[in-house]
Amino acid sequence: MADVTMTGTQSTVGTRLEWLLIAVGIVALVAAPFFFYPIFLMKLLCFALFACAFNLLLGYTGLLSFGHAAFFGGAAYFTAHAVKVWGWTPEAGVLLGVAGAAVLGLVMGFLAIRRQGIYFAMITLALAQMFFFFCLQAPFTHGEDGIQGVPRGDLFGLVDLRMPTNMYYFVLVVFLIGVFAIWRIVNSPFGMILKSIRENENRAISLGYSVQRYKLAAFVMSAVLAGLAGSVKALVFQFATLTDVGWQMSGEVILMTLLGGIGTMVGPIVGAALVVTLQNYLATSEFPVTVVTGAIFMICVLLFRRGIVGEVYARLANWNGDRH
Amino acid sequence: MIFGIPIQALFGQLLVGLINGSFYAMLSLGLAIIFGMLRIINFAHGAQYMLGAFAGYMLLAYAGIGYWPALILAPILVGLTGIVIERLALSRLYNLDHLYGLLFTFGLALVLEGVFRYYYGVSGQAYSPPPLLAGGTNLGFMFLPNYRAWVVVASLIICLGTWLLIEKTKLGAYLRAATENPSLVQAFGVNVPLLLTLTYGIGCGLAGLAGIMAAPVYQVSPLMGSNLIIVVFAVVVVGGMGSILGAIITGYVLGLAEGLTKVFYPEASSIVIFVIMAIVLLLRPAGLFGKDA
Repeated sequence: MADVTMTGTQSTVGTRLEWLLIAVGIVALVAAPFFFYPIFLMKLLCFALFACAFNLLLGYTGLLSFGHAAFFGGAAYFTAHAVKVWGWTPEAGVLLGVAGAAVLGLVMGFLAIRRQGIYFAMITLALAQMFFFFCLQAPFTHGEDGIQGVPRGDLFGLVDLRMPTNMYYFVLVVFLIGVFAIWRIVNSPFGMILKSIRENENRAISLGYSVQRYKLAAFVMSAVLAGLAGSVKALVFQFATLTDVGWQMSGEVILMTLLGGIGTMVGPIVGAALVVTLQNYLATSEFPVTVVTGAIFMICVLLFRRGIVGEVYARLANWNGDRH
Repeated sequence: MIFGIPIQALFGQLLVGLINGSFYAMLSLGLAIIFGMLRIINFAHGAQYMLGAFAGYMLLAYAGIGYWPALILAPILVGLTGIVIERLALSRLYNLDHLYGLLFTFGLALVLEGVFRYYYGVSGQAYSPPPLLAGGTNLGFMFLPNYRAWVVVASLIICLGTWLLIEKTKLGAYLRAATENPSLVQAFGVNVPLLLTLTYGIGCGLAGLAGIMAAPVYQVSPLMGSNLIIVVFAVVVVGGMGSILGAIITGYVLGLAEGLTKVFYPEASSIVIFVIMAIVLLLRPAGLFGKDA
């Protein structure tokens, strides 16, 4: 993507602020279940991880996938089925969900990277829709009903996940591992190559990188982490439904990332928190949620493409520049 | 009987495929025209198709205006809303990454659908075909509803007309030139921004026209566009957006392929177009008629 506004605007100030936010954030998350409703917090963490996984692809590789719901919802179905029907332990169920998402990501990614830009977005959307129809018809997903009453079970046979507090800390640990993995990927030599593809794909090719392989690897990693979020979500809510594989879900995760800030580590988390809170708030009212999310989409694209966190970074960088 | 399938069922499904194909062709044509000029993928195309159908429904329900005047009025109304949107918002996005256009129109589609869902719910509203086209004709081997025959013929005329407009007229020549090199065309004294606005208006108008034509075939429902648009995206990927004629032909062929699948393997009929898209991507990544990889 040649557009400057989609690139990260991290400065030294931004990095320092990020560390501070991370420290405050982790403390807040550990203490949160004593103040907020645990299910709401767990939902928030799952979507935050989902958005971070999506951002790995859009923000750091410059690929807009419109089909990430397939990995999120697909993994949720696999985990729910393994735990409920086959009686697997939760950790094994999550592993199966993640593995399933990896396979889906490999197939979809292999096809989608054959085209660039706008076509890439349309292909991922179409392939995800195909997976949606598969889920609608496959017997194991139970069509419109979804897989209901998924047992949470005991983690490693030791920790009783039926206790909301235990479940919460399990979700928190998964979330932190996932975000740490993304942070490591982004700041590794591999991540640098991804960024170079985002900035100038032709130059990366001319430097001798097999861009297609890097793109596919980034796609699969993003799918795996999105799947992790979906698998855990299935355990949290104890069901897996068609909502999680629909195109609306793919749109939602784009909105979270765009609203928070594409190409920033914290942005997608902030975006997810805002969108989930908003949905919770609107769920009780008559007003249709899609009108609000659609309007936020349009406002974001027109007025602040850097997203909330991206704007904060830009302001800080400006302010810092003025002082010197 | 052909291949163990009753001939009536075969032709019946082929007709359904042809009808669907007519709408795929009209919508992918509009998408291709808009993309060619504005370099924007109009995600709201499905919502504008829905808007066209609702315009027809509302004209009849609230103003007593029937099908034939609505066939003219609905596309104009949808086209005008398109022009307003292009002037207010899309024109600000031309210098940015094309993906922002996709995201903006996606948001627009969500808003339009949400508003109509709020007022009309998810269940469809019936819209009966005009008296002139009610009933059907018995062709001997199958029963052909007159309105459906009209849809196939009209969509062919619309597609060919648009193709001729772009390939054979002066306005079309300006459009094609401005697609190749906007700044040069501007230097020749052609008002390119106006051309862009008109193109989006015409593209949206085509979606609206498809919508009002679809109203008597399918039910008029707020969600009628969103599922269709994803299939149309797949059609566009298969055809490649480089060629107007390519978009039209791909639309009809994939509609027929879908109809045939309904006869021989109904379970796969909802995904067959996506499967074809995957195969085309493997064999010819640029699309069947595409020049750009």
